[in-house]
Amino acid sequence: MSGGGSGIYRRRLWVNRINLAMSLATMAIGMLFLLWILAVLFRNGVSAISPKLFAQMTPPPGAAGGLLNAIYGSVLIVATATLISTPIGILAGIYLAEYGRNSVLAETTRFINDILLSAPSIILGLFVYTVYVLYVGHFSGWAGSMALALIAIPVVVRTTENMLRLVPSSLREAAVALGAPMWKVILLVTLKAVRGGVITGVLLAVARISGETAPLLFTALNNQFWSTDMNGPMANLPVVIFQFAMSPFEDWKSLAWAAALLITLSVLILNILARTVFRQSSVR
Amino acid sequence: MSAFEAQVPPMPINDAAMRRAEPPREARASPPRWQDPLFEHTTRLFAVLVLVLLACIVVALSYAAAPALQKFGLAFFVTDVWNPVTLEFGALAPIYGTLVTSAIALVIGVPVSFGIALFLTEMCPAVLRRPLGTAVELLAAIPSVIYGMWGLFVFAPFFADHVQPLLTDTLGRVWLIGALFQGAPTGIGMLAAGVILSIMVIPFIASVMRDVFEVVPPVLKESAYGLGCTTWEVVRNIVLPYTRVGVIGGVMLGLGRALGETMAVTFVIGNAYRIRASLYEPGNSIASALANEFNEASDPVHRASLIALGLVLFVLTLVVLAASRWLIARLARAEGTKT
Repeated sequence: MSGGGSGIYRRRLWVNRINLAMSLATMAIGMLFLLWILAVLFRNGVSAISPKLFAQMTPPPGAAGGLLNAIYGSVLIVATATLISTPIGILAGIYLAEYGRNSVLAETTRFINDILLSAPSIILGLFVYTVYVLYVGHFSGWAGSMALALIAIPVVVRTTENMLRLVPSSLREAAVALGAPMWKVILLVTLKAVRGGVITGVLLAVARISGETAPLLFTALNNQFWSTDMNGPMANLPVVIFQFAMSPFEDWKSLAWAAALLITLSVLILNILARTVFRQSSVR
Repeated sequence: MSAFEAQVPPMPINDAAMRRAEPPREARASPPRWQDPLFEHTTRLFAVLVLVLLACIVVALSYAAAPALQKFGLAFFVTDVWNPVTLEFGALAPIYGTLVTSAIALVIGVPVSFGIALFLTEMCPAVLRRPLGTAVELLAAIPSVIYGMWGLFVFAPFFADHVQPLLTDTLGRVWLIGALFQGAPTGIGMLAAGVILSIMVIPFIASVMRDVFEVVPPVLKESAYGLGCTTWEVVRNIVLPYTRVGVIGGVMLGLGRALGETMAVTFVIGNAYRIRASLYEPGNSIASALANEFNEASDPVHRASLIALGLVLFVLTLVVLAASRWLIARLARAEGTKT
């Protein structure tokens, strides 16, 4: 009896051990790929980083140069996209959390927003191309910002709503009891209480859009020269990476690695910053 | 007026007295009444803006794709020709490439994500849970174009030298699926694209799985442990059945991501419009076709055909993502009624 019993026990024990070991292995695989990608980026990127990078323009084929115009273009496009998407996202988030709540309109918007959150970014680029670029007749920084803003809005809506829902009703009731009108309650009490969380959402949205390449291909395109004109094609790091990495020139490839390292570092730092610094100050 | 009112003697409690209990009009706080409605309508306007955005995308893409759809009709979706010179276009090859690479991504990505979610919820020491969870999420934060570069310059050569020969020698000899693993090991092709996609969807699937695993009521798990179950048995017989719907939702979310992933696939898929049995052969996905060709397409029909491809991709992902959200929401609702 005890023999048969211990056999079953042993089998169960081993099944458990093997499966848990496999689970551990999958975690290790995930970490392995993360470290592999980062190691490759650092090995190829660090050697390509030099002061020239921040002082010269993207070069013609076969020549050395820097990334100054692309860095400037990226910062400008992403900043504009953030300025467009933040107010829209926060206001829509306020509606969902404070006014709409469980109404049909709010439920539908929430559902659509969640779908847009994961929609292919290249489609948003294509959309901006068909409704804007096609009509004005040329690629432009504005179009790039629009495409990126469309990607950022759902992220901001989602985090703003989630954060506002964490605010206890007693806080709103206290403010209303003091005679404050609803708009003041929302802007000065509830939104203020979750400021940290909302900033987290905006930072995550910025991190998400700064690395996006596909939507910029059909909108901002690229520009080999220094340009501050948002109304014309504009250089930006992701598209530079795409074009230079695919090219046969060694100078271009090393610039692509440097750009890749810059983008990844800023995106990862933004992510970690958003997850650690600002999450602490939000309402739990 | 007020002097007259002051002289009115107190009345017995009745309706009139109740009315008088209201504060006099001039004593009330006087909030400007237009501000509240204005604010509410403004926020609603932006919510509606998000709502109609989806419809706008479908309409705009349909309108721009119309020339191609009119010219080729329904044959567009089942023709395996893509010839910018003779201006004959059919979407079958890119649709096939999109579906095959996404399928590979799920075949590899789902078990690994499950393992990671299991590790993070059941095995991981509490101290490491946050950092390791964040590390997995950082995999999702790395931009797609970086995966592409890494895939082209580092992963593809490694894959061709070490993984593909091994696969040809093992799985390549298996009846029926052997044909999938034949041909020259170049490292560039559908299989490499699928493997890189799998790494990219892991954080999304794992994060949903982890979230739904955490909603399992502790008392259920504790009862199973109390009966003497091992950790694996608890996961297999309690956690998975309880969260099945949410897990499927997570997988669908990963599928939605994989279908539309552009840059990483563009770098390694090989950009060839053909349908071949072997996964080692180069192919094309809808997204990679768009990224590679759109800016070079000068002919209106060519351009409209590419936009039609984009429309196909968008509708495909919409259906998958809607199903995913519906499933996850269903689990959340079921959870809500139980607690």
